[in-house]
Amino acid sequence: MSTIQPNIEQPVSEEMQLVRRAKRGDDQAFEELVRRYDRNVFRIAQHITQNREDAEDVVQEAFLKAYSNLEKFQEQSKFYTWLVRIAVNEALMKLRRRKPERTVSLDEEVKTEDDSLPREVADWSPNPEQMYNQAELRDILTRTIQGLPEGFRTVFVLRDKEGLSTEETAEALGLSIPAVKSRLLRARLQLRERLNRYFRKKASGDGDQ
Amino acid sequence: MKCSEFLNELTNYLDGVLDARTKSELDDHLAWCHNCYVVCDTTRKTIEIYRDSELYELPEDLRVRLRSAIMTKCSAHKKSNPPSS
Repeated sequence: MSTIQPNIEQPVSEEMQLVRRAKRGDDQAFEELVRRYDRNVFRIAQHITQNREDAEDVVQEAFLKAYSNLEKFQEQSKFYTWLVRIAVNEALMKLRRRKPERTVSLDEEVKTEDDSLPREVADWSPNPEQMYNQAELRDILTRTIQGLPEGFRTVFVLRDKEGLSTEETAEALGLSIPAVKSRLLRARLQLRERLNRYFRKKASGDGDQ
Repeated sequence: MKCSEFLNELTNYLDGVLDARTKSELDDHLAWCHNCYVVCDTTRKTIEIYRDSELYELPEDLRVRLRSAIMTKCSAHKKSNPPSS
C-alpha cells in the first residue's frame, strides 16, 4: 500500500535570505514572505477558528506580529514553522474568546484493544470524488472536520493538509512528538469514521455486520 | 501481529517512517486481515481527500486586500518604532 508523503518542499536558504533582508528593513522581502505563506496561514486559521472573519483577522495579526518580532526570530527553525506557531496562537485566542474551553484530555494513550477496533467489510467504492461533485464534497469535508476537537483538528491540518513534519508540528504547537503522533492517529481515525458514514458502499448485503 | 498492534502503527505506516522489519510485519498482517486493510485504505483516502480538497482556499480578491492591509500596518509599525542604529 502506498505511503503518504508531505506535499510541501521549502527552499530554506532562499526563504532565509528573504528573512534576513526583511530584518534589515526591506519591506518588499517581507511582502514576499506574506505572498508565500498567506494561503497557508488562512487555511490553518480557518480550520482552527471555523470562522471566516476570525481567520481574516488572524492572517493580519499573525503577519504583523511576525514583522514586529522578526529580530527575535533566531533562524534555528524554518521561518514558516515560526510563523505557524504565531498564527496558531492567534487563532486559539480567537477561538477561546468565542467558545469556553472544555477541559478534555487529548493526550491519553490511544487504546486499541482488538474488541474496540473499527469493523469494516466494505471499502469506499466508487471513489468519493466520483460520488460527489466538488461543492458537495467540500461541504461534507467541512462538516466532518468541524466535528473534531480543536486539538485534533489543529494537528491534522498542520501535518496532513499543510505538510509539516511531526517534529515541525510539535515545535509549532509546543507539544511533545508522542503527543503529536497520538493526536494525529486519533484525528485520522475519527475523520475516517465520520467520512465512512457518507462514503461506505451502500450495496445490498454489504456494509453492516 | 494483532489488529490492535497494527492500528497503533497505522500513522507511522502511512507516513512511511517504519524500519523495514516492522513494515514487513504490517504488510504481512494486511495481506490476510481484510478489516485492517479496509481501515488502512480508507484512512489513507481520508488523508488524500483532505489534502487534495480546496477547503478554505483564500480567494484572490480577499488575498490582495489582506496583503495590502498587512503591509499598511507593518509600515505604520515601522514609523512608530524606528530601527535603533
